[in-house]
Amino acid sequence: MTTGLGAKTGQTGQTGQAGETGERPQPSKAEALRLYETMVLIRRVEERLRDDSAAGKLPGAVHLYIGEEAVAAGVCAHLRASDYATSTHRGHGHFLAKGGDVRAMMAEIWAKREGICQGMGGSMHVADLTKGILGANGIVGAGLSIATGAAFGAKLSRSSQHGASQHGASQHGEAGVSVCFFGDGASNQGALMETLNLASLWRLPLIFVCENNGFSEFSPAAQVTSGRIADRARAFAVPAREIDGNDVAEVWRAAGEAVGRAREGGGPSFIEARTYRIQGHFEAESFVLSGGRYREEAEIERWRQAGADPIARFRSWLIESGTATAAELDGIEAAIGERVEDAVRFADEGQPADPALAETLMFAPEPPEPPEPSEEA
Amino acid sequence: MARTRLLQAIRDAVVEEMERDPKVIVYGEDVELSIVGDLRGVYEKFGPDRIRNTPISETSLTGMAVGLAAAGYRPVVQIELPITIIATAGGGSSNAAQHSDTSYPMIMNLGGLNVAVPATPADAKGLVKTAIRSPNPCFIFEPNGRGGELGDVPDGEHLVPFGKAAVRTDGRDVTVVAIGRMLKPALAAAAALAADGVSAEVLDPRTLVPLDEDAILASVAKTGRLVIVDEARECCSAASQIAAVVAERGFSLLKGPVRRVTTPNVAMPYAPNAEAHVIPGEARIAAAVRELAGAGAPDRDEKVSA
Repeated sequence: MTTGLGAKTGQTGQTGQAGETGERPQPSKAEALRLYETMVLIRRVEERLRDDSAAGKLPGAVHLYIGEEAVAAGVCAHLRASDYATSTHRGHGHFLAKGGDVRAMMAEIWAKREGICQGMGGSMHVADLTKGILGANGIVGAGLSIATGAAFGAKLSRSSQHGASQHGASQHGEAGVSVCFFGDGASNQGALMETLNLASLWRLPLIFVCENNGFSEFSPAAQVTSGRIADRARAFAVPAREIDGNDVAEVWRAAGEAVGRAREGGGPSFIEARTYRIQGHFEAESFVLSGGRYREEAEIERWRQAGADPIARFRSWLIESGTATAAELDGIEAAIGERVEDAVRFADEGQPADPALAETLMFAPEPPEPPEPSEEA
Repeated sequence: MARTRLLQAIRDAVVEEMERDPKVIVYGEDVELSIVGDLRGVYEKFGPDRIRNTPISETSLTGMAVGLAAAGYRPVVQIELPITIIATAGGGSSNAAQHSDTSYPMIMNLGGLNVAVPATPADAKGLVKTAIRSPNPCFIFEPNGRGGELGDVPDGEHLVPFGKAAVRTDGRDVTVVAIGRMLKPALAAAAALAADGVSAEVLDPRTLVPLDEDAILASVAKTGRLVIVDEARECCSAASQIAAVVAERGFSLLKGPVRRVTTPNVAMPYAPNAEAHVIPGEARIAAAVRELAGAGAPDRDEKVSA
């Protein structure tokens, strides 16, 4: 526990290959502040969505990422716009951490014309292909194969650019990688086995990031998931680690190792980041639960404590290690507060979505009409 | 012009597009040896960066195509976004309920996916080429087996647009819309009917999404009667969709009820005689046309005797 704060979860550092030895890398001050900023941005956006959902301002369901921010922040810190990431139904954090525009996301969730998908996608489909954000996805586990395809594309681009052999890694330069965020629930989909097999077989530059937040929708993981999730990766000879997903520095280190391996042509990696979902499966879930319960309030409260919360833990470490002062961090928080207010204002003042787009956006514009059966040649 | 079978026309289209655009790649189950369809020789020509075998993991193959398209590629998946998926459809080879199924109505129902069902080798080539170049995901349904129909394919660049039906034979009395593999028995029925003085106009929609509604309505405006021949099951078939379109947009043009000639709502049987019984053939098509042509249309006598 290098951040100096008590870890809640069990094993860390189990790896299918040589583990880390000696000094563990730490983020530089600039990197650390960026991790903090990303986590706080996600938290403030999600809190605002929680409140606006409760106030009836959002037309659809939102699945919030509160408590899990360290995973998206720590992983995406290693990604470039040209890298790919697929997300889940709980996708706002991945969108923001990968560099998505907070105003455009907020407007999307508010179903406005200015939204990133012009109001046609909503919370569960926020995406920005120009930044490698291949989208939130309403189907549990659907991102697995999409990320695998993107990794295949990245690998093909590498070999075509550098003339490397088709199954070997290029020795030249670095290439794009692909990250798949998915949950412990998705780890029970057959697609995980299919994609682990292919990614390992073809040594794809793919990082599987399982966010084990303890719940498969409304079912505790213990009720629906057997064995250890990371063992599924080990069965396919994919290096796997189980880490404390609420320790952003630990996530940052594990992801750095996995992304580095992928860029160098070393193939896929698997990270099981153990975290906890503070909010319900979606907001206002009490309506569907109608009095039913699947966890105790005391359990949620334990994960809300400063010793467990990823942002509070990292803030303490930043200050105690002398990396940053409380005033610096407060400044970051204030600036983010303004960004979020601005995004909400932008969304609130936006135009209603254009219903005609439901039809006109269904298909991409075709290239100019192909000629009728031609006479040429 | 070259005489080519339908599946070889598809192979030619794929090869030409792979030559034209290095981002076109093919993957699927046993594509290197080309066990399904016919992509023989493609692996030898292009190597494993452009065409490669995959595990039998259909769930992932289609999803991967989305990721590859996002990464700038134009994947052609053979189980077969922008994506071209070449899938087999239809019976006639005693492969029973799963391998002889005609599944394009399911794909039509999803929305956002183009669907082509070429009936001739020339169309197969031209539609596959258009699909690969399209920025939209497309399904191409090819018949089971190694060959398909034999026909002429124009030399050189040959593209067939989506959404343009082809009139295969002119007629006055009844419009027969025949989809894909059903074109051949429909034309045979039309020839037999002509000998009896019934004039059928056979229309091949070529693509089901988008559907050339105007061409169908124009033909019905001329004939006043419509038979739709579809190898898919009757319930929610492409025939059902076409019937609905004509009922909504062309009701006043109709002189009688619309008739669908389809596979009944059953799983495709294995026994060859049972299979032949359920798949629409020349006799059932001709009977439907005769029934309509004789169904009390006021000008029927003069038309038939003309």
